[in-house]
Amino acid sequence: MKQIIGAALIAVSAAMCASGALAQSPTLAQVKNRGILHCGSGTGLAGFGIPDQQGNWSGMDVDVCRAVASAIFNDPTKVKFIPLSAKDRFTSLQSGEVDLLSRTTTWTLSRDTALGLNFAGVNYYDGQGFMVRKKLGIDSVLKLAGASICTQQGTTTELNLADYFRSNKIKYEVVAFASNQETVKAYESGRCDAFTTDASGLYAERLTLSTPEDHMVLPEIISKEPLGPVVRHGDDVWLDIVKWSLFAMINAEELGITKANADEMLKSDNPEIKRFVGTEGKFGEPMGLANDWAYRIVKHVGNYGESFERNVGSGSLLKIARGQNALWSKGGLQYAPPIR
Amino acid sequence: MSITSAEIKPGKASLLYDPKIRGYAYQFLLLAVVGFLIWSAASNAIENLRAQKIASGFGFWHNASGFDVNQKLIPYDASTGTYGRAFWVGLLNTLLVASIGIVLSTFLGFFVGVARLSSNWIVSKIAMIYVEVIRNVPLLLQLFFWYNAVLKPLPNPRQSIVLPAGFLLNNRGLYVPDPQFGPGGNLIIWAFLIGLVATFVFRSWARKQQAATGKQYPIGLVALGLIVVLPTLVYFVTGRPISFVYPELAGFNLRGGIQIFPEFVALLVGLTTYTAGFIAEVVRAGILAVSKGQTEAANALGLRAGPTLKLVVIPQAMRVIIPPLTSNYLNLTKNSSLAVAIGYPDLVQVFTGTVLNQTGQAVEVVAITMAVYLTISLVTSLFMNIYNKRMALVER
Repeated sequence: MKQIIGAALIAVSAAMCASGALAQSPTLAQVKNRGILHCGSGTGLAGFGIPDQQGNWSGMDVDVCRAVASAIFNDPTKVKFIPLSAKDRFTSLQSGEVDLLSRTTTWTLSRDTALGLNFAGVNYYDGQGFMVRKKLGIDSVLKLAGASICTQQGTTTELNLADYFRSNKIKYEVVAFASNQETVKAYESGRCDAFTTDASGLYAERLTLSTPEDHMVLPEIISKEPLGPVVRHGDDVWLDIVKWSLFAMINAEELGITKANADEMLKSDNPEIKRFVGTEGKFGEPMGLANDWAYRIVKHVGNYGESFERNVGSGSLLKIARGQNALWSKGGLQYAPPIR
Repeated sequence: MSITSAEIKPGKASLLYDPKIRGYAYQFLLLAVVGFLIWSAASNAIENLRAQKIASGFGFWHNASGFDVNQKLIPYDASTGTYGRAFWVGLLNTLLVASIGIVLSTFLGFFVGVARLSSNWIVSKIAMIYVEVIRNVPLLLQLFFWYNAVLKPLPNPRQSIVLPAGFLLNNRGLYVPDPQFGPGGNLIIWAFLIGLVATFVFRSWARKQQAATGKQYPIGLVALGLIVVLPTLVYFVTGRPISFVYPELAGFNLRGGIQIFPEFVALLVGLTTYTAGFIAEVVRAGILAVSKGQTEAANALGLRAGPTLKLVVIPQAMRVIIPPLTSNYLNLTKNSSLAVAIGYPDLVQVFTGTVLNQTGQAVEVVAITMAVYLTISLVTSLFMNIYNKRMALVER
């Protein structure tokens, strides 16, 4: 309650202060002035955004923030991660508490329009799934008739759940919690028969349960959940910066530029790579960035594929396959416009 | 700006120097400044929300909500529900837990407060420990404790604990048989209500009679007859029209019966025990505020301990108790918003939680919620002030 009211007050006061449009990106100016990027992150989801024991954040969503910081400061550590619950995240972004929101947020029409936000691409194509106890002996969501289902409030999950059960005419009982941790705890304590969130989240949360082998993820994926970074309306250049930071990671994978070979690539004769690393053209300038902005991103964070494998893929405990998140050239959906 | 002596009329100062006029002028000036600040903040907020293209206004009220709520006192579902309807669902849940919590915490608080003054060492120490522990642990932690304490030891629905009279208990809540009223069933409810009203009428008549003539009437027996025996008689006369739907296992959960959710129980227990700790101290303060001479005088008149407390001490203590009691009631109502932490769908959880997030209209939603809590608090204060007036010392 307090938090929300506080955020609302900040929203009002920020709205009061932000008068008059500047020619250059006001958000970029603010970030440069502050010397650190404020990035809205989740409250701890393995593979996407979670701090380790030393307080260093890692994850797919975290890498997007680090990429933006690398492009601006040439330093991926100049990010302050601000953990936000699902229901507080948009208010924090709208009010200017964070410059950028990168925490498994689904791109939907109403969020893009009525909430005054802009989505800067998709860094993970996901879908909503269900986790149940193996001993229930069911193999389909359709057999969850009459079940209690735990979910986190303020998410598209909550809405998809209602839609899916309504359209299949199945009765169920929803138990909605404000935080992810409470939701998982309630599921584990037996309050609910099933726990639902994005499929990637299910795999991550399953590992946090005391006996992961007693739980299984049902095969149905009931929704489209394109997850991506979000910025406020009204600062188009800032939107460009975030959007192209993500595109740079995807393009780097396509061009074969990696963290390891980024320096060699500076000497490349390939015009596409030359434009990418900034040895040809001045592509950073219109965004208010240095011309080697994309090189900095790959140098510090790596390309999209590296980020994927390190955080959720074969290099992590989650072992999620690339699937839809493979490059378009390899049968996936990840496709970035060219840098030229 | 110099003033010559000719300009000063003897006996009457200039308007500029009239303290009353000056006072009004300053008041008016301050009001204008405050008004301007509010107006400029509001208009700036509106303008900038528009500039950022964030939807504003209250048009969302009638939009389809699309999410479900488990505990609802009025019909609501995701397919036909609107954000406005969700608001009422949340508000009623808040009022439900607050009103039951107020009643229970009053009883528990009075009991503990009196127990703490008991001459029995163990009783008074137990009451003291209760008060000290409850008052000094944050309510949020207590709610987590109760929620997990209520949930964890309970079995899953397939191994429900069977209680007498068809009650079932498991980690999905307490299931109570659902009464179904057949033809003539309404008569029983009417009989009960009539019995209740008649008891009150009889009681006030009996008291007047006692005050006038000294004759005592068996109020307890009459109340039992009117409230219990009368509806029971009607029940049998109308041919036992009430049947019960008993909860039974169907699939994962129990079907039938009324489900009392564990979130509700945990919140109610947490709020009740917490507020009762404070009420106990208020009651103790109130009783100690009554001079010992009053008790001694009552004893001298031959009153026993019970009637002394009931007729002499408590009525006087109430004058001290009621004002802080009111603020405890208000605290309980406001604290119910912590429901958000344990998944109880109260106003804050449903409205400033899900609805705010779906619509993104923080300013409107938070403003409505604050107005609602303000209204609830003011109404509670109003009733308690009326009660306080009635109990206050009548000055002659």
